[in-house]
Amino acid sequence: MKNKYSIFSLIKNAFSYHENWQRAWRDPEPKKEYDAIIIGGGGHGLATAFYLAKKHNMTNVAVVEKGWIGGGNTGRNTTIIRSNYLWDASAGLYDHALKIWEGLSQELNYNVMFSQRGVMNLAHNLQDVRDLKRRTHANRLNGIDAVWLNTDEVKKFCPIINTSPNIRYPVLGGTLQKRAGTARHDAVAWGYARGADAMGVDIIQNCEVKGIKRNADSVEGIETTKGFIKTKKIGVVAAGHSSVIANMVDLKLPLESKPLQALVSEPVKPIIDTVVMSNAVHAYVSQSDKGELVIGAGTDAYVSYTQRGSHDVVEGTLKAILELYPIFSRMKMLRQWGGIVDICPDASPIISKTHVKGLYFNCGWGTGGFKATPGSGDLFAHTIANDEPHKLNADFNINRFVSGDLVDEHGAAAVAH
Amino acid sequence: MFLINCPYCGERDQSEFSAGGEAHIIRPKQPTELSDDQWAEYLFMRKNIKGIQFERWNHAHGCRKWFNMVRDTSNDKIHAVYKMGEKPPIK
Repeated sequence: MKNKYSIFSLIKNAFSYHENWQRAWRDPEPKKEYDAIIIGGGGHGLATAFYLAKKHNMTNVAVVEKGWIGGGNTGRNTTIIRSNYLWDASAGLYDHALKIWEGLSQELNYNVMFSQRGVMNLAHNLQDVRDLKRRTHANRLNGIDAVWLNTDEVKKFCPIINTSPNIRYPVLGGTLQKRAGTARHDAVAWGYARGADAMGVDIIQNCEVKGIKRNADSVEGIETTKGFIKTKKIGVVAAGHSSVIANMVDLKLPLESKPLQALVSEPVKPIIDTVVMSNAVHAYVSQSDKGELVIGAGTDAYVSYTQRGSHDVVEGTLKAILELYPIFSRMKMLRQWGGIVDICPDASPIISKTHVKGLYFNCGWGTGGFKATPGSGDLFAHTIANDEPHKLNADFNINRFVSGDLVDEHGAAAVAH
Repeated sequence: MFLINCPYCGERDQSEFSAGGEAHIIRPKQPTELSDDQWAEYLFMRKNIKGIQFERWNHAHGCRKWFNMVRDTSNDKIHAVYKMGEKPPIK
């Protein structure tokens, strides 16, 4: 039984110099067989295991992770959460996630530091204005809070933005979703891991999947660096490495894996209390609770599994940041990194069964998967447990690339790719 | 960032080039006879290899010619560059 985190447990543990906290999750050796195995111990994978146990009574489940949990894109993103997507299918998917975020800290008994500080998307040309207004209307029809702000209202909401009409890409307005915001990315992985572990899920770290054993039409288990593990259901949530796993079973996915970069500055006093994204000049910025500016750049245009990214991409982003926020001109950047994002041709994810019985894929989140973590886990768990998609992820099946029924979200994805 | 040896111009900075994705995907000769599965395969499905990949690049801010490249996507090392229509120098 896990001890409950509370103000009282904090005080109690302070008396023992915080040396006697209970372990948050076990470090088990893999069993011989599980009812389901999740490949990939990021936020989405851990959330999937959590909801399999919580909502579908599947507790004989393992999460296998080749590195450490939350060490991939979960720990590398810019933590932005919003649901202002254009199409009905996406609005349903992302707002489902946002609604879970709103109660997640309580559900997990783990503070994920969800902060609804608002996300503003800027328009820099007439086409941006038309597109963003259309998206605002679509959002409101779907019950998602979105408002259009003119230039003065943008300036009022975030005073440090340079709204001069004389800059290269002037701010002509923007959209605002007030329920949107940020969360602490590591805490999401740790909270789900702790919750899943408490219900009996085995989290097996430093265990790389080397192959998938299958017979003519269904899966039989996985070969790993810790030996063979038998199972009838495999959920793959491997983000940038989804194709690597798919190639093990001769399954082709419509994905390309590319590095997406982010960087943070030295910590400073509070200066920006919201998230501002700018698709056209490709710069987005928020401030972490530590005071660092968290800046997101774009993807490289070529396939690469190196977690670095090109210098010219960062250079372009910082140029845009400096023109929009002249106040940051003497800030020093402390750290830069890349994460490998798996991008679908329509910039929407795949949460789907495959033609192999018992093999499920949750991938293609591209540049915007973090925001969907709780919803993605919930819907993927439903798909695995029932061998049928939930109505909210039915449109995100792998077959849409054959039928042509794509969910084109290049506009709302906010990172050009 | 890496240097790319354009087969027409020589070594240039990567930012001069644009990537054109996986190479040697053959355009169907009789598109009207393809099934939906075959169209999906041609249009969308990619190997997306971690390791040695054959791909197309364009010297967009240079000679503007297309060519092929053999690159290791796990470390961005370029193994060979060859012209369109030529056989890949590495298997």
